[in-house]
Amino acid sequence: MKIYLIKKLFLLIPLLIGVTSLTFVLTKSLPGDPVLNMVGERAQPEVIDKIRKELGSDRNIFIQYVGYIKLLTKGEFGRSYYTNRNVFDDLLLKLPNTLKLALGAMLIAIPLGLLFGFVCAYKRGTITDGLISSLSVTGLSIPVFWSGLLIMLFLSLRLKLLPPSGTGDIRFLILPSITLALPAIATLTRVTRTTLVEIFGSPFVTAVRAKGITELRINFFHVFKNGLIPLITVIGLDFGSYLNGAVLTETIFGWDGIGRFTMEGIIKRDYPVIMGCIIVGTIIFVFVNLFVDILYHYFDPRIRLYEKSR
Amino acid sequence: MKKAGKISITLLFFISLLSFSAPLISPYDPNKIDLDSIKEPPSLQHIFGTDNKGRDIFSRILYGGKISISVAIVAAFLSMGIGLIVGLCSGYFGGKIDTCIMAIVDLILSFPAFLLAIGITVVLPPGIYTVMMAIAAVGWTSFARLIRGHILTIKETTFVEAAKALGCSRIRILFVHLMPQCVPLLLVMTGLKLGSYILTEASLSFLGLGAQPPTATWGSMVSANRAYISTAPWMILFPGLMIAITALCFNALGDALRDRYDLKIKW
Repeated sequence: MKIYLIKKLFLLIPLLIGVTSLTFVLTKSLPGDPVLNMVGERAQPEVIDKIRKELGSDRNIFIQYVGYIKLLTKGEFGRSYYTNRNVFDDLLLKLPNTLKLALGAMLIAIPLGLLFGFVCAYKRGTITDGLISSLSVTGLSIPVFWSGLLIMLFLSLRLKLLPPSGTGDIRFLILPSITLALPAIATLTRVTRTTLVEIFGSPFVTAVRAKGITELRINFFHVFKNGLIPLITVIGLDFGSYLNGAVLTETIFGWDGIGRFTMEGIIKRDYPVIMGCIIVGTIIFVFVNLFVDILYHYFDPRIRLYEKSR
Repeated sequence: MKKAGKISITLLFFISLLSFSAPLISPYDPNKIDLDSIKEPPSLQHIFGTDNKGRDIFSRILYGGKISISVAIVAAFLSMGIGLIVGLCSGYFGGKIDTCIMAIVDLILSFPAFLLAIGITVVLPPGIYTVMMAIAAVGWTSFARLIRGHILTIKETTFVEAAKALGCSRIRILFVHLMPQCVPLLLVMTGLKLGSYILTEASLSFLGLGAQPPTATWGSMVSANRAYISTAPWMILFPGLMIAITALCFNALGDALRDRYDLKIKW
């Protein structure tokens, strides 16, 4: 277990170098000159040069990258070209909001997804199964930004139940969480169904049935319990889709998190902001995956035994 | 094939036919501004209504569909092509090539996919070619993994051994004997992926990173009209509905194909 953990952590180093250089190259080759955006088209060339020197964007690209990495290790992500605020501070400020949103979405998605998947698997082959399965494919096909707008239209603008947009207490959190949860419910339903149906074919289920245990008990205590382990992975990996969806959902609902911050950075060509957002997003993604991996190892005795026997 | 698959393929054919013959059948010029008829609700003259500049939404949906569908299909072919070649080489040659390729694949997959696509579309000049490339840049990895895995399982089988004994070159074994074995997998995977590519294209367009105005795409129509959501909901209802229906058809088709070939691909 320890060796496995160390190995995994060691693998993170090339990954992080890859991620930072990729984001660095990406943002450096952006169209549009931020210095010109700052001072306007008619500024004196000397002023432009002076600002370039201050920002260090006149130097060799490799030196710029090394400097960037040095700063990154100190937690310094650079300053926004517009607000002149430290990007890292802003990210720390906005991160809790995105996490709240992701948590809200998970709280909705996990119970519903598991429930629907379980019902599908238990009633497999029936109309109920067919109906829920088709609904879950539909859920996967609806664009988040559209479902978000429709939810906003009906629940907020028409029925006036909740505020349409903004950042604040739980009332503001409900609509974006529902929006973000919809595709996650669909995915989880699908995967739960497949996983449980697969387990149903295994011999131990026949053995349990031979003992005379009721179908519902077999389904719940034996099949479902065994299915939970692989499902943990799916739930964890789905976290990545929350990050993806957050850019759209936060933009629509005006939720002040990292997703909207990314979008604002893109619109204003604010390189440090974009780079910071992508790096933080990726780091969260990578660490969640690592955490899920470890959890999986912890929960599944088969893997632990396999590791020991080697 | 399942019934759902047949219905999907019919619908897709119908939607594509309408979209690609847009210049012939669309009732209005999609970009013609008509300030006398702004924000008109659906009626006989404008069956999906008009937008805030008086442009006919039905015509814009037809023209937009052409772009959205072709971007998804070209991106799928690009992903499939790159993924197939890379996956074949990686699986068959193994060793250092395999290690290198899989490291790159893992690196790309360790990014949140949509953030990476945003990154790429931000860098390259905006437009539909950029969107295609952004989708394919992430998309090829899942094809490569799938093909590599399949090649690993079939490269030790007896028919490959027989081909070797007959003196076939490695290139010949790879492309004449192994590649055809991957066709069902590719078909199913492409079907399954097309739905998500439609959604990615729409999302990028929604963020303003796709085809630039005044060109209509389904995603950009929803985005441009979202300010009028409470006064003129039809302006976002119909384009979004088209995205959902098209993506749903591709997903259902992929599912049906998977069941037809009895493959176990998770997505």
